[in-house]
Amino acid sequence: MDFGSINLAVLIASLMVASVPIMLAALGELIVEKAGVLNLGVEGMMIMGAICGFIVTIQTQSPFLGFVGGAIGGAALSMVFAFLTQVLLANQVATGLALTMFGLGMSSLMGQGYNGLKPVPTPPVPFGPLADIPFFGPVLFSHDWVVYFSIFMSGLLWWVLKSTRMGLILRAVGESHEAAHALGYKVIRIRFGAIAFGGAMAGIGGAYVSLVRVPQWVDGITAGAGWIALAIVVFAAWKPWRVLIGAYLFGGITVLQLNLQVAGSWIPVEYLSMSPYLITILVLVIMSSGKGRALNAPAALGQNFHASR
Amino acid sequence: MTSDLPMLLHVDAISKAYPGVIANHDVSFSIRQGEVHALLGENGAGKSTLVKMIYGLVKPDSGQMRWLGAPYAPTAPRVARSTGVAMVFQHFSLFEALNVAENVALGMENPPPMKALAARITQVSQDYGLPLDPARMVGDLSAGERQRVEIIRCLLQDPKLLIMDEPTSVLTPQEVEILFKTLRQLAAEGTAILYISHKLEEIRSLCDAATILRRGKVVGTADPKTSTARELAEAMVGATLTPPERAAPKDWGDAEPALAVQNLSAASPIPFGTSLKEISFSVERGEVLGIGGVAGNGQDELLLALSGEIAAGAQMIRAAGRPVGAMGPADRRRIGFVMAPEDRLGHAAAPDMSLVENAFLTGGVRRGLVKNGFIDWPAARVFADAVINAYDVRTPGSHVAARALSGGNLQKFVIGRELSQSPDVIVINQPTWGVDAAAAAAIRQAILDRAAAGAAVVIISQDLDELLEIADNFAVLNLGRLTVPRPVKGLTVDQIGLMMGGVHGMETAHVPA
Amino acid sequence: MFRLEKRPSPSKFWLYATPVVAVVLTMIFGGLLFAAMGTNPFTVIKTIFWDPVFGEFAFYLRGQLLVKAGPLILIALGLSLGFRAGIWNIGAEGQYIIGAICGAAVGLAAYPTESRLIFIPMIAAGALGGWAWAMIPAILKTRFNTNEILVSLMLVYVAETILAKAATGFLKNPEGMGFPGSRNFSSYPAAANPELIAGSGLHWGGVAAIVIGGLAYVLLSRHIIGFQIKLSGQAPRAARFHGVNPNKLVVLCMGLSGALAGLAGMFEVTGPAGQISIDFNVGYGFTAIIVAFLGRLNPVGIILAGLIMALTYVGGEMASTNLGLPSAAIQVFQGMLLFFLLGVDVLTNFRIRMAGGK
Repeated sequence: MDFGSINLAVLIASLMVASVPIMLAALGELIVEKAGVLNLGVEGMMIMGAICGFIVTIQTQSPFLGFVGGAIGGAALSMVFAFLTQVLLANQVATGLALTMFGLGMSSLMGQGYNGLKPVPTPPVPFGPLADIPFFGPVLFSHDWVVYFSIFMSGLLWWVLKSTRMGLILRAVGESHEAAHALGYKVIRIRFGAIAFGGAMAGIGGAYVSLVRVPQWVDGITAGAGWIALAIVVFAAWKPWRVLIGAYLFGGITVLQLNLQVAGSWIPVEYLSMSPYLITILVLVIMSSGKGRALNAPAALGQNFHASR
Repeated sequence: MTSDLPMLLHVDAISKAYPGVIANHDVSFSIRQGEVHALLGENGAGKSTLVKMIYGLVKPDSGQMRWLGAPYAPTAPRVARSTGVAMVFQHFSLFEALNVAENVALGMENPPPMKALAARITQVSQDYGLPLDPARMVGDLSAGERQRVEIIRCLLQDPKLLIMDEPTSVLTPQEVEILFKTLRQLAAEGTAILYISHKLEEIRSLCDAATILRRGKVVGTADPKTSTARELAEAMVGATLTPPERAAPKDWGDAEPALAVQNLSAASPIPFGTSLKEISFSVERGEVLGIGGVAGNGQDELLLALSGEIAAGAQMIRAAGRPVGAMGPADRRRIGFVMAPEDRLGHAAAPDMSLVENAFLTGGVRRGLVKNGFIDWPAARVFADAVINAYDVRTPGSHVAARALSGGNLQKFVIGRELSQSPDVIVINQPTWGVDAAAAAAIRQAILDRAAAGAAVVIISQDLDELLEIADNFAVLNLGRLTVPRPVKGLTVDQIGLMMGGVHGMETAHVPA
Repeated sequence: MFRLEKRPSPSKFWLYATPVVAVVLTMIFGGLLFAAMGTNPFTVIKTIFWDPVFGEFAFYLRGQLLVKAGPLILIALGLSLGFRAGIWNIGAEGQYIIGAICGAAVGLAAYPTESRLIFIPMIAAGALGGWAWAMIPAILKTRFNTNEILVSLMLVYVAETILAKAATGFLKNPEGMGFPGSRNFSSYPAAANPELIAGSGLHWGGVAAIVIGGLAYVLLSRHIIGFQIKLSGQAPRAARFHGVNPNKLVVLCMGLSGALAGLAGMFEVTGPAGQISIDFNVGYGFTAIIVAFLGRLNPVGIILAGLIMALTYVGGEMASTNLGLPSAAIQVFQGMLLFFLLGVDVLTNFRIRMAGGK
């Protein structure tokens, strides 16, 4: 099936790739928000992951170590957020913004001298003859490991939140930190863990941008993906499997508009390139217009906890 | 009768201080296995701090505890729970968006898998006559049912000591009877119960021994079975209290009631809140209407609707015949309403703002503190100082933040601020919540004085004794509906209990007779 | 480890001291960063904070200071009202762009008029453009409960594409020989926003910033709307109890901050920038967030903070040309400042106690 010059199998395969960064970042943020913390610094953590991953891969020639480096970079920056908001009780919204501004500057500083270099490519997972199956081959069996990792993580987190004690405690902390504290759970420690996980996931997502999607280093390379990831968490109503759907939807729009730009559509390029942002707004409107808690947002989201007595 | 059983917990000379407050000073008492022991004291006497130390939530500054003869110093609730201490909290220990089984699991050290846990919850709830559906969302439960969740969470761990913090404040009289039956059954099985309350009749009917606390110190012990309620009250308060004085009723000759509510329905803006359904009542000048009921049956929503924070149909609320249902809070104040919500810090007052700013918060309209949109701060300061003096608010001055005041002092400030605005209609939710007995008496007297001066008064409260003391008529909120108001004179506790809906949620499981 | 203990009342001393402490801490840690990059930290700090005011080229750079501070203060004043009320407009950059486009479009539509009166509708168009752009998240929030943070931010990216379209399309200079960018206002004096006192850097935007700063101060300290803004941010339920309509407040605060950002954009495009170009916006809308916090959301504080932040821009450029410091380092420096500010702020409401000590 072709839309003019656009092949559907290629489109699906490329939307799966395109959605990896926002899916990973959104899954990480989902865990953070489930613990009752609103970290708006996803964009900053992603871009730190992007530059750290890029540098590590250039230095070690290993894409895998690059992703590890990206995870560490994102998590390290998230620890600044955790310290400020959880220990020093700083406003979470403002601190998240600070994280993004700092991350954009820091990544650009670290990236001096890395412009124009090509990282070692991340190879597709060898599925042998499976990759040659028409349609399903390119769609399902032609990707690198991070694509499968992102799908696996959405399943894993769904299971952890729904069926494990760890998930239950995490949800409890995000529902009411007072109650969790009264039962003896270490609210701050649990939130630190969640924030670190969120940072690492955003970092891997960022590294995927600079190592696979683009793949090179440019200042501001994440171009708002972190913000879209935040919107996807709202879209997903804090459910991991819906993050998967949301990310594929946005990945699809991104790929489609890029394809239309290349194909020379009648719609002006500018309007096409603003479409992901406009659709994000549209989706937020649709998702938010429900009543009250139907949205399923954690009750303690964005509130700091201080055990006074 | 329990004196032959071994000593379970011995608390020896424990002290705990917070900045500015000595919560506990040199407190000692002991409890035997199977004993129901009362900790009796007013708000702020230090009861909660004491049990938090036993439960491992707070560490004592000095003193020690012994458990079955061995030193006991829990560093965390986990340690306390594994020793055999369980606690039913007054507030803050349930998660509304989680179901019953998940809530129970969170309070256990090693919970079984969810399916097995659900089965055990059903089992234990039947054994003790406390029916509960493990799959229900806690946010949808009544206050009494929520308490059952906490109790069952404790019972599943076979506790040796069960701590109950003001457990009956959220129950109807009939539900209290069921709870007491459960507790007596537990005590007979050898579980010690530490029962915290300031309700004397309950303690006399349930407890074997009582330790009385006042301002953080033990001021005495008593045998509740042989002491009179009056003796206990005086030991607890440290003074003799006189009931408030009422002015003789008077006919004001009004054509229309000062406040009339007709078929008021409104959706709740609060998550898991209770919507108001067809509420009707009217209050004349000089009349006090008391609205009782268990917490969470629409009390907060009724206050929001009467204060104008949630909009209603214009004709649903009328003041002296004038439709006011569609007005916001500022417009209602302009025509003579004053309101005091239950939550003082954050709703009735802004915690980080000074008392001057907080006085302006509601006083601006009726005291004429705004001119052309500009605030007359010096006049607001004068008003704040007047409230502080007239209502004996203990504070270094009107410049301090509201959060710096103790709960009781802030309550006096809020009530004083409202009553000092020469109101025509007064609506107060929980007028004496968290206030000591002397201040509570003063607040009730002030309310009655305003009624005598011609204000129509609506008091929403969960303290039945208070309502019966000051109200002329009495009605109950139950699941967002209001019963028909009845004169207080001649009402019995049983009738009130039935008005409150008797027992909630008993139909969810089989109850053994 | 240490432990925090809530103060009974917020500390007045720390309220004023925290920005100073934050600036000093940023200098120290920024200095360490610069040292790690192989530059002399003392020279860099001196270049950034001392030279623009007292150095050799101060006569020129002081003017630059006001040029940069003007838009920062103007935007930050608007943002601070919303931030105080708990309304998070972080899309000022977009409102700034749209204000610039609208203001410039009105001026360019009248080209080549010689009447100075054209400047008045241009100002109005700038403010209206910013206001309208901010009304999108405001109305979506009040009607659909949509998160204003995400929407206002998304609209920055949309505004940037519109800017690109303006520079290459509908506002392109017809005599520009195909190069992107609008006509330059420096050669269109009727619609330009010139320096008012030669060498001072003061243009109408700076004047507006000071006047509006004064108005904002009166609004916050004396007027009931200021009280309602503060109350809504500190205790939203108490604000409703007082009688604040949260939706009206959202519309008011978003609208004001959008209009001020639009004004700033309009003054910038007709003055220092001179024309609509693809890279006309340089992030003032985001830096203004730091300015608002550094000024403790207080109008007087914001004017001072705007000047300090302008110093880091001007000094940063100096350090970049003279010492080869990457311009990104200044961005890091500004981000650090916000971190320290937010961190040190804890002292206003809490005391620090060492654990174990009494």
